[in-house]
Amino acid sequence: MKDLNINELDRKFQEKIDNEIKIEPKDYMPEAYRKTLIRQISQHAHSEIVGQLPEGNWVTRAPNLRRKAVLLAKIQDEAGHGLYLYSAVETLGADREETIDDLHSGKAKYSSIFNYPSLTWADMGMIGWLVDGAAIMNQVPLCRCSYGPYARAMVRVCKEESFHQRQGYEIVTKLATGTPEQKEMAQESLNRWWWPALMMFGPSDADSKHTAQSMKWKIKRHTNDELRQQFVDVTVPQAELIGLKVPDPDLKWNEETGHYEFGEINWNEFWQVVEGYGPCNKERVDARRKAKEDGAWVREAANAYAEKRAKRKAS
Amino acid sequence: MSKKEWPLWEVFIRSKQGLSHKHAGSLRAADAEMAINNARDVYTRRSEGVSIWVVESANVVASDPSEAGPLFEPANSKAYRHPTFYDVPDGVSHM
Repeated sequence: MKDLNINELDRKFQEKIDNEIKIEPKDYMPEAYRKTLIRQISQHAHSEIVGQLPEGNWVTRAPNLRRKAVLLAKIQDEAGHGLYLYSAVETLGADREETIDDLHSGKAKYSSIFNYPSLTWADMGMIGWLVDGAAIMNQVPLCRCSYGPYARAMVRVCKEESFHQRQGYEIVTKLATGTPEQKEMAQESLNRWWWPALMMFGPSDADSKHTAQSMKWKIKRHTNDELRQQFVDVTVPQAELIGLKVPDPDLKWNEETGHYEFGEINWNEFWQVVEGYGPCNKERVDARRKAKEDGAWVREAANAYAEKRAKRKAS
Repeated sequence: MSKKEWPLWEVFIRSKQGLSHKHAGSLRAADAEMAINNARDVYTRRSEGVSIWVVESANVVASDPSEAGPLFEPANSKAYRHPTFYDVPDGVSHM
């Protein structure tokens, strides 16, 4: 390895990628590839962790015990997904604590969808159906990502996410086929979540600065706009099936292309939320910071206990 | 606040009796007992395991990927270690 120069190493690296050979933690990788992965996987981890908050809001008010148990299981999954991903970040040489502190200082981003509030019970259904649905669309191709630990984490995550989406659609279906008030609650919730869900796929291809390089490295397999289109195509019929109306006057089926055409996304809103000015940005980060500070004594006590036991064992 | 991070552990899971433990991932925990408990919650929420091993990552000794060529070369040149290397007449069975 020492006698190869960087250009030669980079060429061999790209050759592996082109041949669909996975990159593992200790293999040579260009610094930019490592940095891109650290940024993407840590953002993904933060999104899982922050994603617990809008749902945590409804645990004590779930309408019955079944819904409550399901919601708790889902939130626990999100925590697990965050942990798989933080472990994957660590394999790239990033420090876990620093990664988490970057979230708390506002330096690191997370999915902007979690900066919207969960106002009604219908939102629990809408998050599962739309938000997890969009996440699955993003994550399934990531199971074939060129970086081994990320791809393996995604396989686990995708297996678990499909329950999330189905339970969400079940909640929405129950409301949409219930009393007029329940149906109204479902429709109102869809009206609020539809556009932010479409924004989850990120900026349009023309404005996405990372897409071309990420696709060359096979971190990404599809562009943001391709995935967004795929999401619209599968989700619109799901809404129609249960009698809900997608809040987009420009939405129409195009017989020729076999795809739905949909209206312009409010990119101004998207960038505002990304830049930290969404309805709940401050609340979310404050909640995470508080959780870390409030839990400090537990982590210290666990360390002290481990040290004490190790000493006792040694003597 | 103590700056000492919990050590990293590698987690191995036996998915059912009769199969060997397989690497599932890693996690942080203060000690081995906590690592087992955390591994239960992180990696076996859907009955994926009947047994868990945890090993502190610092104790894993690994081969160097950049030396993989010379390390595994001796096996590559010995095709005669595989049954398909040998010619046997057509029609022979149970072989």
